[in-house]
Amino acid sequence: MSTGAGQGSRPRWLLLHAAAVFAFLYLPIAVLILYSFNRQGVGGFPPRHLTLDWYRLLFADAAIWDSVFNSLQVAFAAMAISLALGIPAGLALDRAQFPGKSLFRRLVLLPLILPGIITGLSLLMMFNLSGTRLGLLTIVLGHGTALISVATTEVFAGLQKLDRAQEEASLDLGASYWQTFWRITLPNLKLPIIGAALLIFTLSMDEIAVSFFLIGRDNTLPLEIWGRLRRGITPEINAISSIIFFFSLIAIVLWYRLRIRAQGSAELGTELLDISEADA
Amino acid sequence: MFSRAYKIIVTVPPVLWVAVFLLLPYLLMFCYSFWSVSPAQTIVHSWNIGNYKELLLKSVYWETLLRSMFIAARVTLFSLLLGYPLAYFLSFHAGPRKDLLYQLVIIPLWVSYLVRAYAWKTILGSDGVLNTLLQYAHLTNHPLDFLLYSPFAVVLTLTHIYTPFAFLPIYAALEHIPRNLVEASHDLGANPARTFWRVIFPLSIPGVVAGATFAFVLSLGDFLAPLLLGGPSGIMISNIVVSLFGAAYNWPLGAAISLGMLLIVVSLLFLSERLEKKWSFS
Repeated sequence: MSTGAGQGSRPRWLLLHAAAVFAFLYLPIAVLILYSFNRQGVGGFPPRHLTLDWYRLLFADAAIWDSVFNSLQVAFAAMAISLALGIPAGLALDRAQFPGKSLFRRLVLLPLILPGIITGLSLLMMFNLSGTRLGLLTIVLGHGTALISVATTEVFAGLQKLDRAQEEASLDLGASYWQTFWRITLPNLKLPIIGAALLIFTLSMDEIAVSFFLIGRDNTLPLEIWGRLRRGITPEINAISSIIFFFSLIAIVLWYRLRIRAQGSAELGTELLDISEADA
Repeated sequence: MFSRAYKIIVTVPPVLWVAVFLLLPYLLMFCYSFWSVSPAQTIVHSWNIGNYKELLLKSVYWETLLRSMFIAARVTLFSLLLGYPLAYFLSFHAGPRKDLLYQLVIIPLWVSYLVRAYAWKTILGSDGVLNTLLQYAHLTNHPLDFLLYSPFAVVLTLTHIYTPFAFLPIYAALEHIPRNLVEASHDLGANPARTFWRVIFPLSIPGVVAGATFAFVLSLGDFLAPLLLGGPSGIMISNIVVSLFGAAYNWPLGAAISLGMLLIVVSLLFLSERLEKKWSFS
């Protein structure tokens, strides 16, 4: 910018800055993975005596695997809820007018922008007053509700790209709304829906702020890790964290590919604005 | 083109669900904040403003709120300082690698909060990676203990977590700037600095506002990073709420603080929406 370079040539400080930011974003994760192989413990430079012992310990750790199983159950159930409500919500925002629409849109998106503690506590108060016992079910309801926003934004963005003429033709040719939905609308939304499902699943597996307040006796994986962190840290936690990182990485790269195919671009941050301007 | 029945079917279930599981809980939080706790540790469902009086009168709440806002403000500033030039670089100078680099920013955004906060804990601790590295290199002969359990650790970790959040809308705004505007500015003789400050930056302001709002709001309400890395001096307002809902057992007071946070957050969102509209170019 101030180096007098024209467009196309890269001012050197920008390049250095970008490299530094990437280092800042990735170095901690690299350190975490490296030390999961360190016999001496989580600190100590340089890392010495690389070992797989911590992974062996991890694979024999029944409490961790119980919590992984709990988290998987929660994530699948939350995904089902978020999609079952988020897809119609996207359709409603795109094509229906109803009183309170703008309030509804804001409420759906709120958990994505609001600190998790507020969503978690407000649900806790409701479950408490209604006498619902806390457990995996309450976490499912919390995640399912908070992540409707993900399905809604992805579906809404997909609908904006959808060619209405196809649906019109289907209806004109005598198909019912139900047939048109299953044969035209839904297949056209396939990629955004798969993308949303993947993202909801990953976010639910990782979620901790809402679950923190809705937990009963059974831990989810992040809460199991959290509990251990308070007692002291061992490279076993590095090992499970590295595995989580690896799986998140796969899910996110897949989601990204799907999104590029579905939307032509993966730009996030715009559809939040798109939805808020939809009824303007 | 869609029938009334179609619209009702897609509208009613999500609206009802959101009313029950989002709107109702927020309203309950509002009710709770006017209730109180009896000496026998039960919740008294009679209405009074005692909780709000206590919040206004006791300085510990104000001080913690201010400290939280100060931490969130620092996180926001650093996230913008890291995120803006990165977004600018990707949008204007990254060439064919743009897509890959963008993906590299997105990945940490969705990768476990806990994994990243934990990584910093292992780096900053007194036996942590950084301290042992410094001692190994003979840059210090005793561990630096201000690294962990301090506001510094919280700000650093939250900046790491929220920089991609700040980056996203800025990048989106930069990508939406018509490139012929930039060319026109060059053709009319403006140098790159002038083009940046007079054309590009003003058009990216809505993205900056949105990014700053994300970073500020999310870090303001954080309670996990302070618990894990903050120590006594890094306590934030949400930590007080957590303890009121836990050991201190005063849900109504906790609800009053949460409601205050909700009000701050919602008014910031409202304000930023206004600012984005005002500055958006169309």
